[in-house]
Amino acid sequence: MNTGTAPAPAPATDPAGEGPTIAVRHLLARIGRYTFLCAVLGFFALPLLWLATAPFDDTPTITASLPQFTLDNFRALLDNPYALSSLLNSVYLAAGTAALVVTFAALAAYALSRVRVPGRDALLYGLLLLSSIVTGTATMVPLFELAFRLNLIDSRLGVILILSGGLLPAAIFILKDFMDSTPTSYEESARVFGASALQIMRHIVVPVVRPGLATVGVWAVANVWGNFLVPFLLLRGPEKAPAAVIMYTLYTEGGQADLRLLSTFSLLYSLPVALMFVFVSSRYGFRFHGGIKR
Amino acid sequence: MSAIAMRELTKVYPNGVRALDALDLEIADGEFFALLGPSGCGKTTLLRTIAGLEVASAGSVRIGERTVTNLPPGKRDVAMVFQDYALYPHMTVQDNIAYPLRIRKMDRRGRAAKAADTADELGLSALLERRPGQLSGGQQQRVALARAMACHPQVFLLDEPLSNLDARLRLEARTFLKRLQRELGVTTVFVTHDQAEALALADRIAVMEGGRIRQVGTPTEVFRRPANTFVAGFIGSTPMNLVDAEVHDGELAVAGTRLPMPQDADDRVTDGEKLVYGVRPEYLDYSPEPVPGALSGQVVVVENLGSFSLVSLDVPTGDGVMDGVGDAVGVAGTTLQVVVPEGREPEPGDTGWVVPRPGRSLLYRDGELVSTAPAPAVPTARTGVDAER
Repeated sequence: MNTGTAPAPAPATDPAGEGPTIAVRHLLARIGRYTFLCAVLGFFALPLLWLATAPFDDTPTITASLPQFTLDNFRALLDNPYALSSLLNSVYLAAGTAALVVTFAALAAYALSRVRVPGRDALLYGLLLLSSIVTGTATMVPLFELAFRLNLIDSRLGVILILSGGLLPAAIFILKDFMDSTPTSYEESARVFGASALQIMRHIVVPVVRPGLATVGVWAVANVWGNFLVPFLLLRGPEKAPAAVIMYTLYTEGGQADLRLLSTFSLLYSLPVALMFVFVSSRYGFRFHGGIKR
Repeated sequence: MSAIAMRELTKVYPNGVRALDALDLEIADGEFFALLGPSGCGKTTLLRTIAGLEVASAGSVRIGERTVTNLPPGKRDVAMVFQDYALYPHMTVQDNIAYPLRIRKMDRRGRAAKAADTADELGLSALLERRPGQLSGGQQQRVALARAMACHPQVFLLDEPLSNLDARLRLEARTFLKRLQRELGVTTVFVTHDQAEALALADRIAVMEGGRIRQVGTPTEVFRRPANTFVAGFIGSTPMNLVDAEVHDGELAVAGTRLPMPQDADDRVTDGEKLVYGVRPEYLDYSPEPVPGALSGQVVVVENLGSFSLVSLDVPTGDGVMDGVGDAVGVAGTTLQVVVPEGREPEPGDTGWVVPRPGRSLLYRDGELVSTAPAPAVPTARTGVDAER
């Protein structure tokens, strides 16, 4: 016990001797760190700044600059026959896909979480691995062929089904984690009270994993919103094309990208997703009320 | 309010674990019954099998007049309070209490009234609009009890009802629970691994080990006359002293001392037989002076337990005593523990003498109690004790 206290003062004198050099090193490290952070911040902030300024600029360029303020770009965009309807198309596709993905992922994840299936984990990992290919470019040819045979070319349903198929494995994976962390005693107590499986799902499981469902829903919408290839290949005309595809058609007569329309349309294109994010996180947030004593 | 009867109840899990092994048990109407045992003994499985959350592999369960062995949990008319209470986090206290009524399709107003009534009985009226996350552990437990009470079941099943409360609250909740059960008069079965909890709460206790019932009895019976060395070691805040002994001329040779034969055992032993002598630390009297008929030894540890101390004595092994015989569970070897009232504690290193109180010592042969009475008399229950283990 006595020997233990003796060395204690020694370390205190040590840093005092090297004080200045350590302080300088700390300062340099700090400057370096902030410089790096600024560079990273700039890398991500500049495109967003362009998105905020270019739509209101008379003559937008590909760099962010102080705009000559005008709303003419929006007027010009409204003249484009497909601009606004394409946003609506995007909403159809995103909402349809999200609904399918959330419903089926919830049912599958619940089952996989609660029922002991041999090889369950292998199945999940296999699906997750394959799903990164299913909607990928690699399988576009067979998927197109499949859609053609099923008469799903130029149909929103076809796009929704193919997108859902691609998103489902990852969604099941995410939701299974939420289901796993929900104590089974919730359902068991409801069972003892006589609740049926569907009642348990509706009254207990869905409300408890609602943050997870919201996460998966938002994630599915964002995925569909940004997907270009599947609707581009499967939908023939511009009437059904979603915003991501219509954006591709915004050229001037000379074949150059029309930056005025592009920037304006980009802003309109990104707003719904951003708003949805804010809404969902404030409405469903990632709260867990407790009620299980750990 | 109903009696519960189990016959040859067996539960084998898919992985081959035999959690319940041909178990027979009767629980009387209105009884407060404890299932007690170490973890893994099958007590929770038994409770869940009564609830219907586990399906019995063989045997039957009756609640009241109905055989419920193959009924789903919702049709058994039981209510269960889970160890973690399982209150629904997204519902208010009122909705939680009313949930069983919602399942029974009672209308919204009736549900609210019934929930308010039940909450009132348990002193929860001020908390109806709160969510479970905003309640203390004790309040959560009472909400869980209220939810179970709201549907007026035949049987209450409580899984470790006190284990999630801190020590002080636990005593409070224990008294509360006992009074509530008495007032409601509903047959209640609870699971616990805490022998003190079982002794304090239950009208009768079933002590379980390895999927079998080792003894069923009132707290007094189980405490005073454990049917085997397992129960003897498990029941009591300090385990029973179990010492090797040998019969000599109608007396017992224990650690080099001759002790009188426990009364109801004397005509059931043969001369020279090797047995295990059991006596609770509470039933030993300590003396700093030599006393006739006492076991003597050196004090090694003195543990202060408030109004009394637990003294451990090293008793040297005499000639007529051998080591390593008897059930391994709780055999104290040559260490004796004795309860000494405050103010009379010895110091470690002292030599002390302990005398068993008359009529409080027991004899065990092959781990089972040697007694004239065929196992402690339990009028309504057949015990699942199996001497051939």
